[in-house]
Amino acid sequence: MGESHDSVKSKRIVFVTVGTTCFDSLVRAVDTQEVREALFKKGYTDLVIQMGRGSYIPTKSTGEDGSLSVDYFTFSSSIAEYLKSASLVISHAGSGSIFETLRLKKPLIVVVNEDLMDNHQSELAEELAERNHLFCARPQTLYQTISGMDLGSLVAYQPGDATPVANFINRFLGLNDE
Amino acid sequence: MDNRYSCFFSDMGFLNVAISFIIGISTLIMIRIFYVVYRSSKPLYSRPPGTLSTLIILGSGGHTAEMINLLAVMQMDRFKPRYYIAAATDNMSLQKARVLEDSLPDKAEVELVGTSQFMQIYRSREVGQSYVTSVGTTLIALSHALWLMIKIRPQVILCNGPGTCVPLCVIAFVFKVLGIRWSSIFYVESIARVRRLSLSGLLLYKLRMADQLFVQWPQLKSKYPRANYVGLFQVANFRLYWTSEETEVANHRIFQIKYD
Repeated sequence: MGESHDSVKSKRIVFVTVGTTCFDSLVRAVDTQEVREALFKKGYTDLVIQMGRGSYIPTKSTGEDGSLSVDYFTFSSSIAEYLKSASLVISHAGSGSIFETLRLKKPLIVVVNEDLMDNHQSELAEELAERNHLFCARPQTLYQTISGMDLGSLVAYQPGDATPVANFINRFLGLNDE
Repeated sequence: MDNRYSCFFSDMGFLNVAISFIIGISTLIMIRIFYVVYRSSKPLYSRPPGTLSTLIILGSGGHTAEMINLLAVMQMDRFKPRYYIAAATDNMSLQKARVLEDSLPDKAEVELVGTSQFMQIYRSREVGQSYVTSVGTTLIALSHALWLMIKIRPQVILCNGPGTCVPLCVIAFVFKVLGIRWSSIFYVESIARVRRLSLSGLLLYKLRMADQLFVQWPQLKSKYPRANYVGLFQVANFRLYWTSEETEVANHRIFQIKYD
């Protein structure tokens, strides 16, 4: 147990996830030499890319030559495990991925897909970035975000509570007799 | 008296009666609609006797996760029987609802009396479907929704989008106007909506079909004053992804749901 914990510790994994979407411009952005080098400089050792329905195939690397190791896959039933093992998550702007990552208290960079027509999801990412729960980037600014980010500036997301809604509904229905 | 004249007069009389009948009926319906809208915005006067039959409409992915989070803090023993509806193409949502139901303390009772039921509904339009064929599928979806609503006739409706909930809420509203069944419709806007309501949220808000609409961001409250702002209530156990073990358990369950 202790041993495996150590080996996980010495590895610092960056997990990139696009969910069920097709987000080639994000995969292409993390695959650039400058982003890879920036991540390696920040002390990350592994880059794992979940590329979803995208068609751009990133270049694999074993990282034996003293650089970032890179691996990718399309879908997996165990996204939860990948998120748990990550030291940094780079995600599309889906609310599911965002809150799942914040729940695990992992540093998060959300990259907004500008090709989407109905782009209400950028609202959520920008709002949460304003509250310092995450960093918000575009594919073309990802490099600047990574090299300039200070993980110490992030504020842990305090999960909310749905009880007020439940109470409101009870009161509205006249069920509050306790 | 001229015979022709009196005949003309009685024709006129019939027409007059018919017109005033139509005007009368539509006025009554309008008054009834205004009354239903007004009454819906106010809390129920007295506690309805017994438990409330509840329809829970599950959207998909994140929508379903948010709805399950809300259900987890509700006093579920007061909302029974519970009917869960999800789109026919969406299996995960019903699985998640089933997992929640199994975790409830009165689990034994669920199995005995069948306090919870799981149903799937046809969608009016799949992504990428052509508009010509979608006319037909919309009609099928609507009649299916009507059939389910006649069977369920819920007293409480909980929904949070996307589109699946709109036809069901419209039918519930028509039931209220016609006096078939009074239901309280609650719409919870997704946490992902910060500055603008979603299309289904906007429709239910503008048409005043939702008794109460909840939003999770103050920006929305100031833009849509009739909405209720209760803070960000996305809770700790938000689970979109499952571990592989949980997925396996759920895949096993889907057979039970499909062949129930």
